[in-house]
Amino acid sequence: MLVAGIKSRPVYGGLNVDTHAKRHLFALEGEGALALMDQVKAVGPDFLEHSDILYVAAASAAHEHDKALAKLGADTLWVAPTIPVLLNRLNVMLGQAHMGTHIYLSGTEGFIGQAQQVAMNHGVDPASLHKEHRGSTARRVQCVHCKGITDNVTTSPYTCSACGLPLLVRDHYSRRLGAFQGVNIDAEEPGTAPKPQELFP
Amino acid sequence: MNIKFKTESFRNDYTFKNSAEAIRRFPFPFNEDKYMYSVNMEPHVPAGPPGHAYNKPIDVDEHYVAEMHDRAMVLKEDPLRYQALPHMMAAQWDTLELLMEAQAAGYPEHFTLERNGGQWRWINRPMGIDQTFTFGDASTLPMEPLEFITRQAQGDFVIVDQRDGQLWCDAGMVTTQADWSLDFDIGMNFHEWHGPVPLAHEIGVFDRALKFLLNLQQGKPVRRLNWTMTINPRLDTSPENYHKWGPDRATVTPENVGNKVHLRCELQSLWRLPRSNAILFVIRCYLIKMEELVTVPKWARRFHRVLRDLPPELVDYKGLTRYRPATVGWLSRFDDGQPTSPGIYPE
Repeated sequence: MLVAGIKSRPVYGGLNVDTHAKRHLFALEGEGALALMDQVKAVGPDFLEHSDILYVAAASAAHEHDKALAKLGADTLWVAPTIPVLLNRLNVMLGQAHMGTHIYLSGTEGFIGQAQQVAMNHGVDPASLHKEHRGSTARRVQCVHCKGITDNVTTSPYTCSACGLPLLVRDHYSRRLGAFQGVNIDAEEPGTAPKPQELFP
Repeated sequence: MNIKFKTESFRNDYTFKNSAEAIRRFPFPFNEDKYMYSVNMEPHVPAGPPGHAYNKPIDVDEHYVAEMHDRAMVLKEDPLRYQALPHMMAAQWDTLELLMEAQAAGYPEHFTLERNGGQWRWINRPMGIDQTFTFGDASTLPMEPLEFITRQAQGDFVIVDQRDGQLWCDAGMVTTQADWSLDFDIGMNFHEWHGPVPLAHEIGVFDRALKFLLNLQQGKPVRRLNWTMTINPRLDTSPENYHKWGPDRATVTPENVGNKVHLRCELQSLWRLPRSNAILFVIRCYLIKMEELVTVPKWARRFHRVLRDLPPELVDYKGLTRYRPATVGWLSRFDDGQPTSPGIYPE
């Protein structure tokens, strides 16, 4: 069995709105909405008139954060039905964005990772993205064997949604893939996988 | 000196073996009777007794043809083992030049490089390749320059880009790896791709190694040895195929240790590249089975002591847990308690 406690998790520095920026582009998922609202409390609402907000409720639909976001009165707010739809719009908006636009991502790690991938494809340096983790600690994991990606993994081991192998979730994260690495846990003695433990609630 | 290339396999029937000469030239990775991570880098200059793996900057040995055949099989199954990010093309040509020059200079009976301005001709006799191409023009080769040359050179190859005071794993040919995935790690920086290594971060090994490498100079390559163990002489111990080779670890018995258990040594050399300012990281894997290793009494004593006293985190990380007790027991028969001489070479 592989060692746990390896250090390579991404660090999310917080949204930290730069009020001097010309334009702000927010991509938020679920409780990521609360990260923006906390910023409004912290630095005041003036930046909102230069802000575009893309929001997807995902697992937090019941909390109706979209209504709270609407009350902020940002320049634009668009609520996407699903994450892929939001990412598609983010992609187009980044293609049209001007110099001086700051990009802010908040939500679960899986969402931040995928939105970051979109930004990287536009040549945005990951270090210049503002990121804040909110909500579930569920992970997006790539199976190292079949390369299939499973979203919202809350346990380790978990069963690969593509090939069905029981996988240990390693603390090893690829920004390029926006995913952690999953490795077969009972390869040495097939059939001996331990019970899944809820590690990323 | 004409190398006699062997026909052998690194999978299925595992016919890989070392000749008596290949055993003596093995780069044994322990210079004392214990092991812990360190920044154990030294200038990569010719060294060692005649015939040793340290004699030539790029080592070619009796396993060359069989290893290249195994690489081709891996790539056929999984083309993602070779990848290069688009900005690495200059570094690809740098690498092609370095490997062609080193192999032609070191083994003129097997390799020839003819240069006529930008027109180059590369002859690889063991593999039956005769290729004329224009240096710098990728359309004149049957594939990207890095893939072309690393299908003809032993070892894994990673090209590391240097920017923002960091090193970035941005291209590579990785088919003989000790359980790491190029496809997963490509694009990562030095600390990120070493993330899963235990203990070494805490004792500052990676900070010091990075600082050292950022200042690596052209024409002054460095080397270090790293090691792990492998059950059966399998080159492709990739995480991608872990579910295929992992079960081998449960097959070791006191009776079959000598033939099944292998010390796997990586001779790592690092080269500053002239045009791109990138660093070429060569990770050359050597395998030796226990019954071959103990033909050198010093190595038998020393490896017994190293393995017996290894810190538990390293036992776990290197995946030795299941078969270490049987291996230590087997090796103990070859350790009479006598002192060992310093250094890695046989006595």
